[in-house]
Amino acid sequence: MSDAGAVTVSIPRAAEVVRRRRALGRLAGRNRLAAVAALALLAAAAAALLAPWLPLADPDVVDTPHRLRPPLSPGHALGTDEFGRDLLARLVWGARVSLLAGVASAAAAMAIGVTLGILGGFYTGWVETVIMRLTDILMAFPYVLLAIAIVAGLGPGLRNAMVAIAIVGFPLYTRLVRGVVLSLREREFVEAARALGASDAVILGRHVLPHLLSPVIVAFSLDVGAKILATAGLSFLGLGTQPPTADWGSMLATGRQFVILSPHVVLLPGLAIFVIVLALNLVGDALRDVLDPRAAAQ
Amino acid sequence: MRRYLARRLLLLVPVLIGVSIIIFMVLHLSPGDPAEIMLGSQATKEDLARLRADLGLNEPLHVQYVHWISHVARGDLGRSLWMKRPVLGEVLTRLRATLLLTATALLLSTTVGVALGVAAATRPNSPLDRLSAVASLFGASMPSFWLGIVLMVIFALWLGWLPASGMYAPFGGGDLRDLLSHLILPAVTLAAASVTIVARLTRSAMLETLGQDYVRTARAKGVSNRAVVLRHGLSNALVPIVTVVGVQAGYLLGGAVLTETVFAWPGVGTLMVQGILARDFPLVQGCVLVVALSFVLVNLAVDLLYVWLDPRIRYE
Repeated sequence: MSDAGAVTVSIPRAAEVVRRRRALGRLAGRNRLAAVAALALLAAAAAALLAPWLPLADPDVVDTPHRLRPPLSPGHALGTDEFGRDLLARLVWGARVSLLAGVASAAAAMAIGVTLGILGGFYTGWVETVIMRLTDILMAFPYVLLAIAIVAGLGPGLRNAMVAIAIVGFPLYTRLVRGVVLSLREREFVEAARALGASDAVILGRHVLPHLLSPVIVAFSLDVGAKILATAGLSFLGLGTQPPTADWGSMLATGRQFVILSPHVVLLPGLAIFVIVLALNLVGDALRDVLDPRAAAQ
Repeated sequence: MRRYLARRLLLLVPVLIGVSIIIFMVLHLSPGDPAEIMLGSQATKEDLARLRADLGLNEPLHVQYVHWISHVARGDLGRSLWMKRPVLGEVLTRLRATLLLTATALLLSTTVGVALGVAAATRPNSPLDRLSAVASLFGASMPSFWLGIVLMVIFALWLGWLPASGMYAPFGGGDLRDLLSHLILPAVTLAAASVTIVARLTRSAMLETLGQDYVRTARAKGVSNRAVVLRHGLSNALVPIVTVVGVQAGYLLGGAVLTETVFAWPGVGTLMVQGILARDFPLVQGCVLVVALSFVLVNLAVDLLYVWLDPRIRYE
């Protein structure tokens, strides 16, 4: 900038420029962190997808003479568990289950929640009343408790745990989407479309749905981590994945009894859950900064 | 206030009916015969018939519900199949332990969270503020049951400072000191994630109130910083803080299940998980009902607290 230009910049404007630069700097810093987190997630997803082709030991082969080996043991980079099974292989195979369970239950919750949210926001009368009362009642339960109760009814198992988590998770999306749809319903462009004779399906698909994408993507990205934690929690209680299938929550539960002798059997799966959920939260926060700056500022 | 309380209590009725329907329906979701699921495949035909008659499973579903809810209304939650005792007494005994754990965790998360949030808001972008931001991200990402195990390994097994599990020492314990020493690790574990949420929300609510004109006026009048922060800032930021504390109370009640399992705390959570693994439906139904009822009452208490904290709030 030339000297003449600098003189014309008023002090408040200069302060504003500095403030914006700092904010941008912070955003860039956070996004760098989010980029690292996204890379970590990609690596975990790739390892989980490619598990059958990776040079790993069989995760279910029992080798009791070599049980509870510490990390960096010959042939077992991360050691072995209480049955002598290779921990690295079980962590990678466990990632398939844990990541899939998190993504699938969040996607199911999103699909149910968004559909009901659109219906509840767009149509008044009994449709709205039924949907919103159902949402209120589901939200009158502590989240984990309801998931446990549903698994109690359906029976322990990974699929039932995912169903339970999707059921307790959908009201969040219903509330979010209904709020947006309620405000959109009264906007001029929706009224104009209706005046031009557009059907409800066209109005919802072409005019309402595009506005829902940003908030729903942000909510979903933050929700996957919460769902991974929830499925791991159910598996930890013995209500999710059943033996001998490896998943991070059940590995933690079985390893708990051997924590004095071999803390690594508990520390490693817990660390895996922590790192993946942290990475998902960082990516979700960054997405919110980009897609929904108003919510991020709040 | 009395009219408002009466209205709120009346509004509870449909919520409680809805909650009870969901609890009832959930345990009838299972594909197959509930009696067979409860007694296992080894059960004889006579045993199955007797259990079906005892639980009224031969009746249509709506008749079963009305039968169940009328007993519940009279305080009869049925008999546990596994413990062969009335469910209500067992659940209420365990509820005391759960409420003690939850209340301690809530007290911990509220005091530490509000103090951290106020400190972070009075010094935005300071190291403490950044630390609290990082802690909140960690708190939202860490599995509580894993944190519990890590704390147990460090403080109970390696350092030997605190007991690893249970509510009282098996021998020679039983006093308040013994109870408190057993309570520390589970309460800290349960409160950990909640502290960070309360701290972040307190920070943002405080930043908003500290930016108001009346705060500037108070400062211009020469009011001390401490009085400005506590009397003008915190007291006006209390409504959103109470909201989040109320929400946390619910999360803690539900989250207690995992913490209780880690530390073998004899609460409703451990009882419920044992009930599920034993396929003891009346016991599970009783546990869920009592905890859900506690949650609804906590929410009511939070709503009443709003009116007391901020007289401008009148729900009409």
